Amino acid sequence: MSPRATTALQPASTNPEFIRNFCIIAHIDHGKSTLADRMLGITGVVSDRDMRAQYLDRMDIERERGITIKSQAVRMPWSDGKQSYALNMIDTPGHVDFTYEVSRSLAACEGAILLVDAAQGIEAQTLANLYLALDNDLTIIPVLNKIDLPAADPDKYAKELADLIGGKPEDVLRVSGKTGVGVPELLDKVVELIPPPTGDPTAPSRAMIFDSVYDSYRGVITYVRVIDGKLSPREKIQMMSTRAVHELLEIGVSSPEPTPSKGLGVGEVGYLITGVKDVRQSKVGDTVTNAQKPSTTPLAGYTDPKPMVFSGLYPIDGSDYPVLREALDKLKLSDASLNYEPETSVALGFGFRCGFLGLLHLEIVTERLEREFGLDLIATAPSVTYEVTTEDKKQYTVTNPSEFPSGTKIAHVSEPMVKAAILAPKDYVGTIMELCQSRRGTLLGMEYFGEDRVEIKYTMPLGEIVFDFFDQLKSKTAGYASLDYEPTGEQEADLVKVDILLQGEAVDAFSAIVHRDKAYAYGVLMTERLKKLIPRQQFEVPIQAAIGARIIARESISAMRKDVLAKCYGGDITRKRKLLEKQKEGKKRMKMVGRVEVPQEAFVAALTGDVEEKKK
Amino acid sequence: MPSALPLADPAPLDGLLPASVAEGAAQRNFGVYLHVPFCRVRCGYCDFNTYTSDELRGAKRSDYAGQAIEEVALARRVLQTAGLPERQASTVFFGGGTPTLLPADDLIAMLAAVREQFGIAGDAEITTEANPDSVDAAYLLALREAGFTRVSFGMQSAVASVLATLERTHDPERIPLVVQWARDAGLAVSLDLIYGTPGETLDDWRASLVHAIAQQPDHISAYALIVEDGTKLARQIRVGELEAPSDDLQADMYELADELLEAAGYRWYEVSNWSRGEGSESRHNLAYWQGHDWWGVGPGAHSHVGGVRWWNVKHPAAYADRMLAGHSPAAGRETLDPETRRVERVLLGSRIREGLPTSELTAGGRTAVAGLIADGLVEPGAALRGRIVPTLRGRLLADAVVRRIID
Repeated sequence: MSPRATTALQPASTNPEFIRNFCIIAHIDHGKSTLADRMLGITGVVSDRDMRAQYLDRMDIERERGITIKSQAVRMPWSDGKQSYALNMIDTPGHVDFTYEVSRSLAACEGAILLVDAAQGIEAQTLANLYLALDNDLTIIPVLNKIDLPAADPDKYAKELADLIGGKPEDVLRVSGKTGVGVPELLDKVVELIPPPTGDPTAPSRAMIFDSVYDSYRGVITYVRVIDGKLSPREKIQMMSTRAVHELLEIGVSSPEPTPSKGLGVGEVGYLITGVKDVRQSKVGDTVTNAQKPSTTPLAGYTDPKPMVFSGLYPIDGSDYPVLREALDKLKLSDASLNYEPETSVALGFGFRCGFLGLLHLEIVTERLEREFGLDLIATAPSVTYEVTTEDKKQYTVTNPSEFPSGTKIAHVSEPMVKAAILAPKDYVGTIMELCQSRRGTLLGMEYFGEDRVEIKYTMPLGEIVFDFFDQLKSKTAGYASLDYEPTGEQEADLVKVDILLQGEAVDAFSAIVHRDKAYAYGVLMTERLKKLIPRQQFEVPIQAAIGARIIARESISAMRKDVLAKCYGGDITRKRKLLEKQKEGKKRMKMVGRVEVPQEAFVAALTGDVEEKKK
Repeated sequence: MPSALPLADPAPLDGLLPASVAEGAAQRNFGVYLHVPFCRVRCGYCDFNTYTSDELRGAKRSDYAGQAIEEVALARRVLQTAGLPERQASTVFFGGGTPTLLPADDLIAMLAAVREQFGIAGDAEITTEANPDSVDAAYLLALREAGFTRVSFGMQSAVASVLATLERTHDPERIPLVVQWARDAGLAVSLDLIYGTPGETLDDWRASLVHAIAQQPDHISAYALIVEDGTKLARQIRVGELEAPSDDLQADMYELADELLEAAGYRWYEVSNWSRGEGSESRHNLAYWQGHDWWGVGPGAHSHVGGVRWWNVKHPAAYADRMLAGHSPAAGRETLDPETRRVERVLLGSRIREGLPTSELTAGGRTAVAGLIADGLVEPGAALRGRIVPTLRGRLLADAVVRRIID
């Protein structure tokens, strides 16, 4: 396909009037990346030969999971037949964990394509991002994708979309990212409907960082949207939050490979390279200005991302600890929201307490560590931040059950709350409400979308969501339900720390902070699991669950009574010795909790719930 | 003998041993083990190196004694060449398989070969294993007259249903008869028992023990049934036809055996062996645990001489080929380094009543003994006198005891 725009507009000398900045809002799997790929092909910035599926998603995991983690921006030429335009497509992460990054990407745009799967309709995620887009005053272009699918029902979902954002069903565009049908028309609509950027070309320069990625060859690549003024190669720039000054080694646009330019002007989107090696020095949301003639007012909206979910990461092989440390140091370069500090567990050895934006973030980081650095990891049960006040009025911030104050009386504990929105077919309302109720949720309201779908809103403790809520939700709704949540303050709750004791000794990795009503269930669950997982020892091993000194559940592993190979097989001592050697190898893979030998696998299995009967 | 041979170095075709095996040989006894790899039927639990006539692939039972005699001659040449001193055999043991499936004359000829090549000590212990249904009074008498001193009957159980699960063909009623014949012939008698067979109750086991003790044998062995991979029994358990023996029940059975046997005047001298009075231990069996030298003759037989262990090719047909070609039948061997020899001494010595000298342990191992005393696994008095002797509980956990002191 050849581009309609025969002459592309040059960066740094493009009239803002002919620039359109937009993003695509979509749920995972609704085809955002495929549509983006198609746009790259139709506008001619990527030749068919170079086209690889989901061109913009660079990381392996992104490609495999079909989701976008880091956003990117591409400049594409387009023409309505009379005038050439520069379209900047800013790819946004689609997941709730990255809401802050999404909000910054949206702030770089004037319009958004709301992309919805014509066979599935709108999902909770999409609603959340749509809300953010409207909040940023973006012009919304509703689009149904995958109209080539046999199961597509565009009429139904066009009506749903029109009802949702106002407007007429016939205004909803219908495209297929896969075949390309409707995509040129969509680009025409982008030009027609989305307003051009505005800004003061003579004011001190201000550009907003909406993404920052680490490249092992070039260092940090910072993606910016220029609001006022102009950025030029070799000039000194300043980050307004830290006042750090860097020299612009390179400035340019992605099309989609980085292409140096003579600078970036008002409304333009592109990248900067300063030689900085750590994304923390180039934070999303920060404002870039000229160091000699700096602006005095930073752009609004900058916040530091706050970790919401915590988990301890431990190498299964203790000698991998240095590798894990190095791996985290490297990941940090490209992931400003990753927090970690060293932590020691009696049961698991040396590891790191890590803070994540959410569960998906945790999962992605763990997976990257395992895949890119060849590590085998154990992740402890995810936890959230609790504020604990003791009766002597001391305050503790607890992100790890081991920090929960013991000895003194607890006056109160407050836990982070979220507003959760679950979108599902109406048949599942009962099941979902039951689940949310069991997770201490409070119903906020319900809203119907179209004829058969309902959005159910709850306030819930985040701590309840991080513990397998999403898995439960998916399995109870045959995968139809989608979830979105956002923080909404804190609440006081009757929370206690449950310890799990082996032979009277607490195993830190299994301690959990749970609601008092759930403490017994957790205790029973863990003691039963461990009874199945820990092999018999030469003595009886009591397994107990306790709140402070009070035992709430108990199991016991009876002593092993026989561990001897009865005969020597006509003098085959070699066989006996090799058996001993094998047993000694096995012993090395055991972790000692007091006198109890616990196989490494038992920890993993107890934490993941992947419990199979031990062999003997 | 187990069904699979260990992985190790290949053995040389001439069977020659390094000169190192001669070191300290004067302090070690020399024994001969003669394997007879034939059975009339294969029992479901058994993974020993034995073959029914259908499985022999052309090897002939009638040719076997001749081949074994060849190997005895080879043994003498090899030991002499290695510079070992002339040592008479202090023990000879015929095992199987079913040695008594061969005519008595075959066993007698094989024993004669040992006598001819090495000489037999005046107080030598000469044992054959025997299946209760494959011997009669005349057979036993012939053996005694040729110099045999001892017979070990595979009684296994006195309970018909247990014998049926084990697929043993003999009639339990026959035991008193064969024991009487052996005694009349002047042979010392040992009975072999197996416990923990699927379906066997503690009361079944008690009945077998009582019945065995009633025969007043000189020696009783009681082995826990081990379900070996590849046996019919293993398959029956896998498909759920039979239930796997439970460790706890086997422990109960071991404790019951020790209780009844001690009460009847038998004393344990190795984890699975009890004898009545001084001198009725199986010296050949003890030699394995004490690290003496022995030459194992026959298919799949294991040997140990001065820190070299080796084992023969398994199949009687392969064995026959080797002997016919004038080669050593050894399939593989390993030469133990000093540390491995020490580990073996710990492994073996901690299972016998005579015990393991604490001097064999490293400093860490000696410290660990305190824990074993505290846990009631080794005799405190013996430990104070410098020997590790397992208690009743310690015998049941002997492998765990070794792991704790081996570091």
